[in-house]
Amino acid sequence: MSDENRKKFLYINRKAPYGTIYALESLEVVLIGAAFEQDVSLAFIDDGVYQLMANQDTAAVGMKNFSKTYRALGDYEVRKLYVEKESLAERGLTAENLMPIVYEDEDDDYAEKPSLIFVDRAEMAALIRSQDVILSF
Amino acid sequence: MGTLHTINKSPFERNSFATCLAHASAGDVILMIEDGVVGARKGSSFAPALAAKLASCAIYALGPDLAARGMKPEDVLEGVKLVDYAGFVDLTTEKARVCAWL
Amino acid sequence: MRFGIVVNEGPYTHQASDSAYRFAVAALEKGHEIFRVFFYHDGVNNGTRYTVPPQDDRNLQKLWSELAEKHGLDLVVCIAAAQRRGILDANEAKRQGKDGDNIAPGFRISGLGQLIEAGIQADRLVTFGD
Repeated sequence: MSDENRKKFLYINRKAPYGTIYALESLEVVLIGAAFEQDVSLAFIDDGVYQLMANQDTAAVGMKNFSKTYRALGDYEVRKLYVEKESLAERGLTAENLMPIVYEDEDDDYAEKPSLIFVDRAEMAALIRSQDVILSF
Repeated sequence: MGTLHTINKSPFERNSFATCLAHASAGDVILMIEDGVVGARKGSSFAPALAAKLASCAIYALGPDLAARGMKPEDVLEGVKLVDYAGFVDLTTEKARVCAWL
Repeated sequence: MRFGIVVNEGPYTHQASDSAYRFAVAALEKGHEIFRVFFYHDGVNNGTRYTVPPQDDRNLQKLWSELAEKHGLDLVVCIAAAQRRGILDANEAKRQGKDGDNIAPGFRISGLGQLIEAGIQADRLVTFGD
């Protein structure tokens, strides 16, 4: 698809996983949407950063652990996961608490590159302002 | 053209309103709907934060939602404008995109 | 202008469906086009014809169905979200071995691709949720 037919889609994730279904069903939209070859970005703001936590273990709550799906997003050409620094800091989290998420860059001998992009609030605001379509979860 | 931000949560219930204010750029428009209109009331502890944002963004409240919650136009913070659903539609067309803060 | 509308919550618990309906009516009255209304998450519950609200309350399902009939609106219920929550059309009921369907007139069940398509085709996508 040519660039002028591509729209910039931003998925804004602001809720922790498991307490509500929004994180899971947001991910389902992202996976289906990947087939449409749009310019996709994901934003993790507020409690949404908890979707990316390493070591999620849902065995004792009896719910499906879908955290591995985030690590597979690179295979779907979803490579821009913007994480808000202030949201992490407010919650006592650092980048080290999150899953390593990478994609293989076919233009660079399939080198693994990080998909997580850490931005501050002003950069997140600028990202929102640069989009065509915003889906909020 | 900027962004129309809709906020439907009271600032006293969740952090959605604060996050909306923190991510609205200069020239954007903020529209309070549903329980978001609770944030429009003058004299509330939230009013100073909203008033500060008026310097860089136009701020609206949905009149029907204010009325439903027992508020009159004179109860609204000075500088906040009122719209009906038709005005809501107009705001979406005047901005390049709509961002819902839920 | 051409609108896409997303409704992420069911009727009555949240105001989202009411707000989306009023927005849709206002947009149509202004001569805008509504490309699609997409019902996601618990929003799929707007699409069951088995809701029976008290007589003095609004019937959101009927309001949506009537608006769809009057203006030829495309009301799409997400299939994955619908299956989780027991919203079925005749085909799905048969496929899943259920003894009946409950989809309301004017609504149809389809995939999440319909939401992405609405984002691509519409000039503005407006989301109502919780």
